[in-house]
Amino acid sequence: MSSTLQNIYFRSDQAKAYTLLSPALILVIFAMAAPMIVMIFTSFNTQISMIEIDRTFTTGRYEDFFSKPIFSMLLFRSVKISFFVTLLTLLTTYPLAYYIAFYVKKNKMLWIVLMTLPFWTSYLLRVFSWRVILGNKGVINSALMGTGMIDEPLGFLLYNQAAVIITLSHAWAAFAILPLYVSLDKIDKSLLEASYDLGNTKFETFWRVTFPLSLPGVIGAILIIFIPTVGDYVTPQLVGGTDGRMLSNMIQSLFGRANNFPLGAASAVLMLTTVCLVAALVTYITKKVSMRMS
Amino acid sequence: MYNKNNTLFIYCVFYFAFLYIPVLLLPIFSFNDSFHMVFPLKGFTFDWYIQMWNKSRLHQALFNSIKVGIIASVVSTFIALFAAKAFTRYKVKFHGLSYGAILLPFIIPEIIIAVALIVIWTSMGLKLGLIPVTISHILFCTPFCMLILISRMEGFDKSLEEASMDLGENSFWTFWRVTFPLLLPGIIASLLLAFVISFDEFILAFFLSSSDQTLPIYMWSQLRFPKKFPHILALGAIIIIVTSLIVMTAYWLRNLGQGKKKDFSIGI
Repeated sequence: MSSTLQNIYFRSDQAKAYTLLSPALILVIFAMAAPMIVMIFTSFNTQISMIEIDRTFTTGRYEDFFSKPIFSMLLFRSVKISFFVTLLTLLTTYPLAYYIAFYVKKNKMLWIVLMTLPFWTSYLLRVFSWRVILGNKGVINSALMGTGMIDEPLGFLLYNQAAVIITLSHAWAAFAILPLYVSLDKIDKSLLEASYDLGNTKFETFWRVTFPLSLPGVIGAILIIFIPTVGDYVTPQLVGGTDGRMLSNMIQSLFGRANNFPLGAASAVLMLTTVCLVAALVTYITKKVSMRMS
Repeated sequence: MYNKNNTLFIYCVFYFAFLYIPVLLLPIFSFNDSFHMVFPLKGFTFDWYIQMWNKSRLHQALFNSIKVGIIASVVSTFIALFAAKAFTRYKVKFHGLSYGAILLPFIIPEIIIAVALIVIWTSMGLKLGLIPVTISHILFCTPFCMLILISRMEGFDKSLEEASMDLGENSFWTFWRVTFPLLLPGIIASLLLAFVISFDEFILAFFLSSSDQTLPIYMWSQLRFPKKFPHILALGAIIIIVTSLIVMTAYWLRNLGQGKKKDFSIGI
């Protein structure tokens, strides 16, 4: 009925698999890989007028980036803020995931849904809400002044790095809760019983058995929070002030008012490089740690 | 052994409050009869909801967002369906590489994708607008849809497909009469969640939309003006309620017919 060629094609699982994968791969190649290559090329160009870019090769934009201290400072700050966001999110959500995995017996599903639901509601509005909470006339200040605990609003709540860290940690909580919960829930309870039977205390059991077994979730959470938050724009813009400005805000202005596409591209390339290095480092350390533990 | 832990429970309650207070604050202020979002509340009003109703730019932005959201969710669910099928049905060569490549847009900072797309789009001399926004949303939603669909497909009995083939159905009819109905809840969940992601997406649209505002861009443009602000709160309250309903439906669908298997590992 069908030709032999067709038969061979349909018999080959690899061909079938890649036919199915092709739309996704084409999408990634044309909408991500190719644009990124053009971005890298552009980062070696020069903006000569509002709309014109000189395409001759130059490393000038990278020199610009490193000669103006503000750029490296913003990049460093972005990494620093993301680091603290990741740390804070992990520390605050771990007990929660632990509680759901080990103590909640009924309706675990409901707990998870409730813990992740805020993640889906408008990101912009959630971030804005923090401005309302932390502002001079905000919820915290008006409450404190209303009760007479302070006479003047606490100005240090908003427009600084701490505000950015708290807001981002709130916004990304779901991304930590889920992987942590999954890895904790998978743990075979008989291992914990064995640990108690061998005379370990609750703390020892946690530290020697539960925590090491939850590491995959911890690593997942680290990567999925750290990497995207390095490039966050909305939060530093709304609650960061000058002190909390991050590299993304600079990049945005280079594509807006400052109108320097090549320098913006170079900044994005350097952000991407940094993110890749950190991800590689985290993965490397994890491998070392898990090898030592096993 | 793990029966009760009051300390942890109290902590969870506090964390719960921390999660929800910022979300619930906006709907509360959306009924407050004042331009300023400060306590104590001044009085009850529906004015902001009425004001919202009369903003024609808001209607345009809403329409744009719905248009982009529908196209992005349908296309990315479609692409993801094929990809998920490939990963669950076959032992793909270079599995890690292709899998990683498809997930990448979801992980790397969105601003980098935004920069890459604005650079290539403008250097080709094309006009920014809803088309590049839609493309970027398809790129961003596909990994998500794929994870949702993979987790659905993994919980599904392959012997059902094999039985259909043994009974003489070809692969098209097997897909249409067996696979598709079983996957349908997952597919609808994927459509709904992708729509919500696209509808809420800010940074890609901010870079690529030019003058064709989507709803988040419209809201952003109003944030700076206190006088214009309250109607955004009204809008926000509605968005919060509608997205919550959509997401809960999607969660429910994802677990429909999955029996006891409740896997949250993949896709949120």
